[in-house]
Amino acid sequence: MLKIKDLFVSVEEKEILKGINLEVNTGEVHAIMGPNGSGKSTLANVIAGRDGYDITKGEIIYEGHNLLEMDPEERAREGVFLAFQYPVEIPGVSNAVFLKTALNEIRKHRGEEELDAVQFLKYMKEKMKLVGIPDSLINRPVNQGFSGGEKKRNEIFQLQVLQPRLAVLDETDSGLDIDALKIVSNGVNSFRDKNNAVIVVTHYQRLLNYIIPDFVHVLVDGRIVKSGGKGLALELEEKGYDWVTNNEAVTA
Amino acid sequence: MEKTKSKDWYLSSFKAIQESLNGSASLTTNGKSATPFHDIRKQAIARFEKIDFPTTKNEDWKYTNIAPILNYNFTPVAGAEVSAADIEKFLIPNLKTSLIVLLNGNFSPKLSKIHLESNGVRIESFRNLLRIEPDFILEHFAKYAQLENGFVAFNTAFADDGAVIYVPDNTIIDNCIHILNVITAEAENILSQPRNLIVAGRNSKIKIIEGYHSISENVSLTNVVNEIIIGESAEVELYRIQNENLNSFHINRTQAEQKKGSVFTHYSVSLGGRIMRNDTNTVLDDENCTANLYGLYLTEDSQHIDNHTLIDHAKPHCQSNELYKGVLNDNSRGVFNGKVFVRKDAQKTNAYQSNKAILLSNEALVDTKPQLEIYADDVKCSHGAAIGQLDEDALFYLRTRGIGKEEARTVLIRAFANDIFETIENEALHDYLNNLVFAKLK
Ligand SMILES: Nc1ncnc2c1ncn2[C@@H]1O[C@H](COP(=O)(O)OP(=O)(O)OP(=O)(O)O)[C@@H](O)[C@H]1O
Ligand SMILES: [Mg+2]
Repeated sequence: MLKIKDLFVSVEEKEILKGINLEVNTGEVHAIMGPNGSGKSTLANVIAGRDGYDITKGEIIYEGHNLLEMDPEERAREGVFLAFQYPVEIPGVSNAVFLKTALNEIRKHRGEEELDAVQFLKYMKEKMKLVGIPDSLINRPVNQGFSGGEKKRNEIFQLQVLQPRLAVLDETDSGLDIDALKIVSNGVNSFRDKNNAVIVVTHYQRLLNYIIPDFVHVLVDGRIVKSGGKGLALELEEKGYDWVTNNEAVTA
Repeated sequence: MEKTKSKDWYLSSFKAIQESLNGSASLTTNGKSATPFHDIRKQAIARFEKIDFPTTKNEDWKYTNIAPILNYNFTPVAGAEVSAADIEKFLIPNLKTSLIVLLNGNFSPKLSKIHLESNGVRIESFRNLLRIEPDFILEHFAKYAQLENGFVAFNTAFADDGAVIYVPDNTIIDNCIHILNVITAEAENILSQPRNLIVAGRNSKIKIIEGYHSISENVSLTNVVNEIIIGESAEVELYRIQNENLNSFHINRTQAEQKKGSVFTHYSVSLGGRIMRNDTNTVLDDENCTANLYGLYLTEDSQHIDNHTLIDHAKPHCQSNELYKGVLNDNSRGVFNGKVFVRKDAQKTNAYQSNKAILLSNEALVDTKPQLEIYADDVKCSHGAAIGQLDEDALFYLRTRGIGKEEARTVLIRAFANDIFETIENEALHDYLNNLVFAKLK
């Protein structure tokens, strides 16, 4: 589904990603861990299509398309979804109206009927229940004045509504209390199926108790220095990043 | 020089038409005015002769060069022929109104549809009222709008027609009163100078819409003066909608005078016009008054919009809220100057001012200047200005959810603009304004 080949990315002349290789297939969950500033969000943003990054080398192939040539909205319509590390507040745009517009754009692209207000409301209500989003958040402007946890929950709510094929979750667990963590994880798990894939970026092994990954990758200074199964996260938690950086030569 | 030429043109046209203007039917032979009204007119023309139209050397006109207006010799046009169908598109859907139609500044009895809801209410043409009840006009006319600039003097000198609204004490008018100003296609370079007078009695309530539209793409000049007297505990809402064609010029002076406990709420929506200038002033002349001034402008091409406001806190315990927003594209330019005076007497004043603009192009420009002059010590005053680009992060966020770039831009601009209308309770009016904005953004 997604193939990242030898990807080099710079921001303002500063090299951040230094040769990323990653392959994600349908049905898989990949976790990416790594120290602050190692380039995890950069990778997520490049997948989603944010401006301001120089791709100096490499490519990303998504479902046979050259992803880097597509606009962010095209990527979204083709099923790429990014849950933001820092969801953006949009004053004046109601959450519900925003989501209806987004969903209908995506449905149009897929050749499906657009949902009218009544149909959308019904559909949305189901999803709201699933991730425990109260009515009060739905009619407020997108993310405006939401607490940190509410913002993250809202990202997963959008994931559920839009039903993408590739979901990239950038630290969706940070700022969540224990209960919210469970709810959000359930939201992700109920989304998972054999036709889609998830990349979770996280600092905490804890999340991976709920969202069990098939692969764990360790990103350090713009490179994936180690990959393994779900056990790798536990090992990291125990031994810290020093352990992988010192063993960098062992993996590739 | 164009400038002198223009002034002379209007001075000589004054000489030529003064006898045909209202209120001056019989000038005496020794050159003295026959009526007190004409005295005011003559003082105004003398004042105009002396001060002329403002130039950018005048501090209050520093950013607005009106020279393009002086390239034309504008002429009043009376007796325009327009059908109800021609103005249909300027009406507000689903809104019950009393309609006063001014064609090129002249009252049209044929097109106006006035409903006098209760006893004593007057919704009249200025010209007519001056004829039948000159004392009413004289009691207020030119008492509030000082002749400090050439345009006000110009309007006052030529004051001939417009709308007069009078609401007696303890009277609430349910329907909005729509003063619909239309520049007709009769001629090029039409000059329209409505003179409006609004008098709201004690405990009265009115909502007034002042719409400005043009039928053709011809160049025109509208130079309008509003004087508004708001009685004790009265509430006046005024919605000004400037939507004339992009070749037109529009100069406006709105002067309100507020009595104890009154509320003046003003929405100014500027969309159409090559040069638009609004001077919106209110004097909070007694305790517990509230003034709400809201403005929104959307400009493109080389449109120029200048909003000057003056809130004069003369007495204690009053509050003012001011929010102006602009969305500027292409080479267009916006000016905001918000003066707030807090006089020595005006303790416990609350004055809030904010002005925000989004620049959609690198060439668009906004000059903004808050001007707070505070002479009382126990007051709360704040002001803020935020001029910037569309929020790139928000744009990206919307796009990552499948919303196309253009659509996402429109969503953000609408959200920015429409919040000005949030406080409008009347749904039909609210929707109408939203749709006007939407239509302009398309
Ligand atoms: N727009 C930018 N301009 C300059 N530097 C940037 C920019 N974006 C990212 N960087 C830098 O790139 C590096 C990687 O940042 P990134 O946000 O990808 O890290 P991260 O792995 O997600 O970190 P964290 O765990 O703290 O979220 C950091 O040093 C950051 O300062
Ligand atoms: Mg990050």
